[in-house]
Amino acid sequence: MFRFITARLFQSLLALFVVVSATFFMMRAVPGGPFTAEKVVTPEILRNLEAHYGLNKPVWQQYLEYLGHLLHGDLGPSFKYPNRTVNEIIADKLPVSAELGGESLAIALLAGIGLGIVAAIRRNTWVDYVASVFGTAGLSVPTFVVGPLLVLAFAIHVGWFDASGWYTASDRVLPSLVLGFAYAAPISRLTRGGMLEVLHQDFIRTARAKGASETRVILHHALRGGLLPVVSYLGPAIAGILTGSFVIETIFQIPGIGREFVNSAFNRDYTLVLGTVILYAVLIMGLNLVVDVVQAWLNPKVRLE
Amino acid sequence: MTSPRPLPEVAAVPAAPASAEERGSSLAHDAWLRLRKNKLAVFGMITLAVVTVACVAGPWFIHYGYEDQNLDLGAAPPSAAHWLGTDTLGRDLLVRILYGGRVSLGVGLCATFVALTIGVTYGAVAGFFGGKRDAFMMRAVDIMYSLPFAIFVILLMVFFGRNIVLLFVAIGAVEWLTMARIVRSQVMAVKKMEFIEAARAMGFGRRRIIFRHILPNILGPIIVYTTLTIPSVMLLEAFLSFLGLGVQPPMSSWGLLIKDGAEKMEEYPWLLIYPGTLFSLTLFSLNFLGDGLRDALDVRSSKD
Repeated sequence: MFRFITARLFQSLLALFVVVSATFFMMRAVPGGPFTAEKVVTPEILRNLEAHYGLNKPVWQQYLEYLGHLLHGDLGPSFKYPNRTVNEIIADKLPVSAELGGESLAIALLAGIGLGIVAAIRRNTWVDYVASVFGTAGLSVPTFVVGPLLVLAFAIHVGWFDASGWYTASDRVLPSLVLGFAYAAPISRLTRGGMLEVLHQDFIRTARAKGASETRVILHHALRGGLLPVVSYLGPAIAGILTGSFVIETIFQIPGIGREFVNSAFNRDYTLVLGTVILYAVLIMGLNLVVDVVQAWLNPKVRLE
Repeated sequence: MTSPRPLPEVAAVPAAPASAEERGSSLAHDAWLRLRKNKLAVFGMITLAVVTVACVAGPWFIHYGYEDQNLDLGAAPPSAAHWLGTDTLGRDLLVRILYGGRVSLGVGLCATFVALTIGVTYGAVAGFFGGKRDAFMMRAVDIMYSLPFAIFVILLMVFFGRNIVLLFVAIGAVEWLTMARIVRSQVMAVKKMEFIEAARAMGFGRRRIIFRHILPNILGPIIVYTTLTIPSVMLLEAFLSFLGLGVQPPMSSWGLLIKDGAEKMEEYPWLLIYPGTLFSLTLFSLNFLGDGLRDALDVRSSKD
């Protein structure tokens, strides 16, 4: 176990290094820089700006300096938000996205697992068909269609919610529903599949034969194995959901980190691009590791090598 | 970013394709009969056929072009002259949706083809050779799985311009990983069978064995997963267009139309509702068809 975790940590560090380097050099290989779009920039000011941020040094030197700072946990100054560091921006905006993500994840797990279990128990009945259509909907109706339609219906026509903003508790409802729906659908499919696989097995028949109630059989015996596929999906899903969704945050005007992923690329804010990429990569790798450990705990058959 | 897809649930290799030719055809026939009984899959097939024919042939029968503006008219709701209304520049929405469908479906097919080619070749090589080469290649896939690819695609499109060929390649390069995993596990199962042994004994080269003997036997899972890759590719294309990184105006694509519609939905809701509905309907159909094919080709599931 310990060897497995250290090996995986080492592997993740290597992957992270590749990600950072690839992103760094890809950005520098492209013509144009963070200040080329600025309106009134005389060559002198441009030179000063570049000197201030160290952009006039050779690329390899900038790269080494960046890595040096990174080792100290310093992601550098932002090029587009004056006087702000990337660390500050992330500390400022990640909690917003994480809150939205947490709420969405709760919705997704409750709705997805519940629906998946019911669909598996009532296989080939209308409940199952409804669940199957719902599960496919999550893969077929993108958030950038659902989001605006819900705004149109419940904010503009009915007027229950504000169309955008992130101030009151009611502002959380629509965005977390839309984001939660996107994740509930695959979770319901995976739960159904996992449960069906497990419900065929002998130990379930044994449990029933010993007189365990159906509720106990489902929730106690079957769910543990049935949720295995969901667990492996949750690694990347949680990373994605916590780091925010560009689409949701744009539609609902939420000041989260998801928008920065995309806007920083448009702005050529090199350090912020790298910072957000690193954040996402660290989260996804860490969570995948957690998922593997949890899976081994849920399923004694899976041995960590 | 974009929501990660669940791991694919693809069937195992059919137990023993004894004589490939004869059983192959009867297997396909059985699968077809099972598929026809699946109402959702049939609905998907019919819808896809209608949408495809409409997108390819439809624009020939409409008098407006996708960039013909009518500024005096502006955004008008559906009428006899413009069945689905017009956008703010007075362009006919129906014809823009049909042209957009050509682009979206075209991107979906081309990028899936890129993903298919890379994924099948990579997976087949890893699975066939096994050993250290396989271990190394699959470790690489695992590592790539954990990379924030959606961001890479965005960066690529931002930095290197909105070029449609680059779009295919970038999307294809993201989507091949799962295909590689599936093909590898299937190849590993098939390569131990006797007819492969026989092919080796007859002195066939490795390339010939992989492409002529192994791949035809695992076509089922490949077809299923290809069907399921197309909608996720189309979703990614629409997402990029929604960011303004995909197809550029005045050309249209479903993602672009949805982006426009979402911006103007308060005054002109039809600009969002029609393209959004058609896009979702198409993806629904593709997913239903893919799921139906999986059930129809899955030997295991037909037993219970």
